[in-house]
Amino acid sequence: MSLPAQKFEIAGEVESPASLTPATATRRPTPGPSRATRVFAVVKAAAAGVLPPAAMLLVLLGLWQLLAGDGAGLPAPSMIWLESKDLILDPFFDNGGVDKGLFWHVTTSLSRVGVGFGLAAVVGIALGVLVGANLWAHRGLDPLFQVLRTVPPLAWLPISLAAFREAQPSALFVIFITSIWPIIINTAVGVRNLPADYVNVSRTLSLSPLEHFWKILLPATTPYIFTGLRIGIGMSWLAIVASEMLLGGVGVGFFIWDQYNSSRISDIVVALIWVGLVGFALDRAVALLGRLVSRGSALS
Amino acid sequence: MPKAFLSIEALGVSFPGRTGANEVLANVNLQIDEGEFVSIIGHSGCGKSTLLNVVAGLVPITTGAVILDRSAIDAPGPDRAVVFQNHSLLPWLSVYENVRLAVDKVFASKKSRRERHEWAMENLALVQMTHAADKRPSEISGGMKQRVGIARALAIQPKVLLLDEPFGALDALTRARLQDSVMEIHAKLANTVLMITHDVDEAALLSDRIVMMTNGPAATIGEVLTVSLPRPRKRLELSADPTYLAARVAVLEFLYARQAA
Repeated sequence: MSLPAQKFEIAGEVESPASLTPATATRRPTPGPSRATRVFAVVKAAAAGVLPPAAMLLVLLGLWQLLAGDGAGLPAPSMIWLESKDLILDPFFDNGGVDKGLFWHVTTSLSRVGVGFGLAAVVGIALGVLVGANLWAHRGLDPLFQVLRTVPPLAWLPISLAAFREAQPSALFVIFITSIWPIIINTAVGVRNLPADYVNVSRTLSLSPLEHFWKILLPATTPYIFTGLRIGIGMSWLAIVASEMLLGGVGVGFFIWDQYNSSRISDIVVALIWVGLVGFALDRAVALLGRLVSRGSALS
Repeated sequence: MPKAFLSIEALGVSFPGRTGANEVLANVNLQIDEGEFVSIIGHSGCGKSTLLNVVAGLVPITTGAVILDRSAIDAPGPDRAVVFQNHSLLPWLSVYENVRLAVDKVFASKKSRRERHEWAMENLALVQMTHAADKRPSEISGGMKQRVGIARALAIQPKVLLLDEPFGALDALTRARLQDSVMEIHAKLANTVLMITHDVDEAALLSDRIVMMTNGPAATIGEVLTVSLPRPRKRLELSADPTYLAARVAVLEFLYARQAA
């Protein structure tokens, strides 16, 4: 949209108001489109984003309905609506114990992810900076990280249960250990790829190590850190659902397992939709935070 | 003999390589007076950037010494400011914040907050960039970025200003305007300037002296030409001036007849 104007500025170096006019002119050839055309453009853009997936969803639901039929096994969408209407329409009920609406299960899972992922972010960024900045730390730790990061989340669960002897800290540890690797590795890559230009700026200004860290290293590494955080939050959401199935109590993972044991497949489908939507929202939230923190310009 | 303001004495620089030391510069001697504008010209890879980086303190000295205002240089410091070829502005800071970072670092104890703000703005005004103070580097043109780079360098009030091919990446028209700005600033502030360039016209137009370097490895100074043109210099008037043309010919002759790459 603003690309042609920017190109013009690089070529002509817009400085005086006189030379600015042609740039503005190319940007807006007409005095401005009428409100109706603009509203139409917005609606058109929204339609292009929403209509294709909505249509595809309808097609898939239709296929599912046809294939599932009335038999046993996987329920058809109409069946799910009949069986799990209460669960879909009221996510906020609370009948005590584990008989709660999906909102409460998801909130519990989210709070576990929040604590485990928060710890992983702090420790991961710190370790990543260390491994990225220090050659010996890199030589010593990087091979360990590369091996440990391939261990599947659930493989950590027995060890963590043996160590903590309680469900809650074990779940937190599994989240932590699952999401920390991409954070460490991406932060370290960002620190190692710190452009020599920025290092020279820092050196010619004689910035102290602390000033260098806060004013040069951290802002320059922010896009890498957020790439790691984004992968990490996705992985922690994968891990929490799986580990809650084994740990029990409240949480969306346990809910799915519990419904399976009571043969309420319809409820599981509803829970899966929640899990998917929440995971999507988490990913977008971290991406948005990254854009805000790096002010959208860290990679220029 | 009175010592020069900036003195490069029997400087040699080697980098460790696979087959022993890799000698880049050998026996470089150069004396620069306060307020002088000196250009260094030579073919690519002749070590002219290395020479500038040694003065900046970014590259360690192997033999010899560099003395600025009676003290030896062995590390980077705010008494020297570098304008890098690729501007090196920090993209997450605005134009103003880029300059302010340097001002805050160098004048932290000497100026109040308000004075530091005014000083940053004053230096942006010097390069005619006040209008873009709140823009990010990605939002301004290459020439404007280089202006901000110059403002950042001037703002720390260095004893010597080091320009590393500052206009190399710019188109001809933008380059000419920036050269004029640099001449104006030099006339106003009388800074000592050491500039790397590969542009013969630029060297002849801006410099008091042109230092021509031989080809590497083990490059050294081949010839030094004094450009005795009065200031202020006007680009248009100079284009037919015999002294200017003679200087151009001398440099071209050195580069392409005697040091053909």
